[in-house]
Amino acid sequence: MNAPLIIFFVLAALAVIGAISLILQKHPIHSALSLIVVMVALAGLYLLMGAEFVAAVQIIVYGGAIMVLFVFVIMLLNAGEEERTDFSKLAKFGGLPLALALTGLLAAAMVRHGGAVQNQNVPGALADTSTLSTMLFTTFVYPFELTSFLILVAIMGALVLAQREKS
Amino acid sequence: MSFLISLLTSVWALTFIKIALLLFIVLTVNAYLTWFERKVVAHMQSRIGPHRVGPHGLLQPAADGLKFLFKEDAMPAGVDKFVYLLAPFLALTLALSSLAVIPFGPKPLPFSFFGHQIDLWITNPDIGLLILFAVTALGVYGVALAGWASNSKYPLLGGLRSSAQMVSYELALTMSVVGVVLMANTFSLTQIIEAQSGRTFWGILPAWNVWSVHGGFPQIVGFLCFFIAAIAETNRVPFDLPEAESELVAGFHTEYSSFKFAMFFIAEYTSMITVSALCTILFFGGWNSPFPSTDLFKITHYLPSLILIPSGLWVVYDGIKYETIWGRMVLPVIGTIVTAVGAALLLFPAANEFIQAPFWLLAKIFFFLFFYVWARGTLPRFRYDQLMNIGWKLLLPVSIVNVIITAGVVLLRTKP
Repeated sequence: MNAPLIIFFVLAALAVIGAISLILQKHPIHSALSLIVVMVALAGLYLLMGAEFVAAVQIIVYGGAIMVLFVFVIMLLNAGEEERTDFSKLAKFGGLPLALALTGLLAAAMVRHGGAVQNQNVPGALADTSTLSTMLFTTFVYPFELTSFLILVAIMGALVLAQREKS
Repeated sequence: MSFLISLLTSVWALTFIKIALLLFIVLTVNAYLTWFERKVVAHMQSRIGPHRVGPHGLLQPAADGLKFLFKEDAMPAGVDKFVYLLAPFLALTLALSSLAVIPFGPKPLPFSFFGHQIDLWITNPDIGLLILFAVTALGVYGVALAGWASNSKYPLLGGLRSSAQMVSYELALTMSVVGVVLMANTFSLTQIIEAQSGRTFWGILPAWNVWSVHGGFPQIVGFLCFFIAAIAETNRVPFDLPEAESELVAGFHTEYSSFKFAMFFIAEYTSMITVSALCTILFFGGWNSPFPSTDLFKITHYLPSLILIPSGLWVVYDGIKYETIWGRMVLPVIGTIVTAVGAALLLFPAANEFIQAPFWLLAKIFFFLFFYVWARGTLPRFRYDQLMNIGWKLLLPVSIVNVIITAGVVLLRTKP
């Protein structure tokens, strides 16, 4: 066990515990806090992979801006505790098998290719901002533009929903 | 046993010692910053300020600290216990951890720690500036969650105001430093300072980002945007709406007592220090002296002594004729120590050379801290709509235009 591996397991455990707690918490604020833990743990994992810039941006954008907005909205609406229902029919017969299938798929992929991923040692490959931006605007320019288009669609969707409420 | 020894002589032990030392220094400076603030504001308002606890009220911070420790730690009914306790902890931890990336001097200490070089910073990552912004971005939670968890309407309003304000001003804060990053071409704080060493304009004006054309475009507008946004980000006057006492009692920390209140207090003052350090590093050349390094200006290297010795002698003189016996005993001793330090710097030129860089950095930080206090003694609080207008309609567009102009100039001056 070397130090990076120990840090990896701590961060991974934090991320998983945060994600589970996000679902199980009854109060929206607690859920939001759990999500922040997940985001920060993910940023730590990026840092471990040598992607310093991505880690910092992860905390600034997700941990800072987006989650602050979540917390702000929850506080503003003064959302109370959630109500719990039993499994609906859709969840019982559609959701559970699908979730199990997804877990199985991921586990199989990890078992099969886990070694290859672990051997992939790329310290500092993504650290440089100019390398990252060159990649973003040349190799991955179409996925990048498509993502921004997706976000635009989401914003417009939110606007449409808000307008419908008003009229 | 050998494991223990290797651990105690490792770089981890050195880092731990440095953290402990920095914490001690920063907390002491925090304490005396409150004293300084009260004294300066008092004199601005023709009052004396703290005067009873110790000579010139010098023990006032200690008295305040003890009082915070011994007051009853009341927790209001119906609070969300976990979040209520988490909030001050979060605020203080984040504020203190942002100090870890601030460099205090270019050269390592002349001696080493079991073969490890002792640099004047805890860590110096390539993305120091981004880490600072990441920590600042998380800092909102301390205030917002405190307001929410208190289960009381004034703190909730304070928390809401605070999160809205901090989210709005973070944009301008981040945009205003992009110009500096473009000019230095790095996120590393030490490299940003190094990019500002040298001379422009007939070898007289230092190459500080705030006015220099040598790296690109003078960042005076960027600096103004940054400093205004930073004052708002640290919730200080005139942007202290989250704790506007005339409207919200004490805002987000109304329901916090005893040491939990002190934690918010320390967090606020620590972030003041961080912001002042950042202003110095990004726009005012960090540890670079404002004077040229030619032989003619070697004389400015005696400035620390020139400040320390007369002020020490003045403290001795003031102490001898102080009204209480306690003051007549303590003040001359303090004055003698200050004078001795100044004299020692004259006697040991090597030590004097070494402290030049930290001296200028600390002097500039102190100026910005004074500016904070000055603003508090001078300016009235903004109205909430004014606050939002300044953030979104003034600072953000101006800083974006600044980024565009700086980027254009840097692009033109980069040789293809």
